[in-house]
Amino acid sequence: MQVGLIVFDVFTSFAEPKVRMRGSAVDSGEPSQLFDDTSAGHNAGHSGVDKGPMVYAGQSLLSDPVSNLAMAYGSSLASQGKEMMDKNLDRFIPISKLKYYFAVDTVYVGKKLGLLVFPYMHEVRLIFCPVCVFPAMAFITYILVAGLALGTQNRFSPEILGMQASSALVWLIIEVLAVLLSLYLVTVNTDLTTIDLVAFSGYKYVGMIVGVLAGLLFGKMGYYLTLLWCCASIFVFMIRTLRLKILSEAAAEGVLVRGAKNQLRMYLTMAIAAAQPVFMYWLTFHLVR
Amino acid sequence: MRMRVTQSQQKSRSANMAFTLYALIQTAILFTNAIAVLHEERFLSKIGWGADQGIGGFGDEPGIKAQLLNLIRSVRTVMRVPLIIVNSVCIVLLLLFG
Repeated sequence: MQVGLIVFDVFTSFAEPKVRMRGSAVDSGEPSQLFDDTSAGHNAGHSGVDKGPMVYAGQSLLSDPVSNLAMAYGSSLASQGKEMMDKNLDRFIPISKLKYYFAVDTVYVGKKLGLLVFPYMHEVRLIFCPVCVFPAMAFITYILVAGLALGTQNRFSPEILGMQASSALVWLIIEVLAVLLSLYLVTVNTDLTTIDLVAFSGYKYVGMIVGVLAGLLFGKMGYYLTLLWCCASIFVFMIRTLRLKILSEAAAEGVLVRGAKNQLRMYLTMAIAAAQPVFMYWLTFHLVR
Repeated sequence: MRMRVTQSQQKSRSANMAFTLYALIQTAILFTNAIAVLHEERFLSKIGWGADQGIGGFGDEPGIKAQLLNLIRSVRTVMRVPLIIVNSVCIVLLLLFG
């Protein structure tokens, strides 16, 4: 959204010299300023080619009513466009709700990272909030670490970063769709939204980063050991998180309710949690040789 | 000989990983087409998956089979017209650009 506005502003600022040219053809009765501009632009020499339009633009702001009109029109158009984009974007992506998912501070981040890598102690409070900071940052860090790993093997080229990013994104989308489909088929009445699932699926990138870094530092043995540890911890983390959301309250408290519905839900939770280590291995094994 | 084998292994491994968003869109279109092609009378009723056969109970447990039948029926109903449009666009684009 902001990028679109910046591009729009750049376009309107580039449109000014053209408008000024037309204006100068109309009122050529104004000789002195424009001719002085031309000489100043030419005197600046060939190195100042891009200084020419800037000088023209500076003069046109003061002298030319047509460019003033164009700038006013452009700015009003920009604000209209911003309003329209805000309204439409808010319809598709709930931006105000997204802000809730990104509201963290450093202490929370540190605690959650520690919980991701070592979830065996009992800290139930922290599990509930699906935070989108981790998946977003971990995804980008994973792309960079993948580029680094490929670079150490002399297999790097700038296209590979884009390829890694798009393939990891595709696997993420496939996983979220599969989880959504399975949740629909088992008729689980949860309050898990799509963004929650994206956040939960993004937690495994932290383990992948740690694994790839260990593989870079310590070779294949370090990679396998660290990946094993991170797989186990993601498995436990996922089961503890999803158990509270998917299974009913009776089962979540530890009491094993023997019903077909609850058994199915337990299988579903375990399947989702077991898919995470598989993805972790699949997405990183080609990075560590 | 061994280096050539490992190089081809490397290439096949990295080519396996090259999943683009375009491949995802292709997969989605093919899957939706596959679901839309299933005929109600000739096929689904024959294997007991017809629209009027599966959903019996109105209790609170629809079951997996009923949910699946519901999903197939709703996908076929909702995606019929958009699929026509998307398929026509795909055909035109593939004819033009290979």
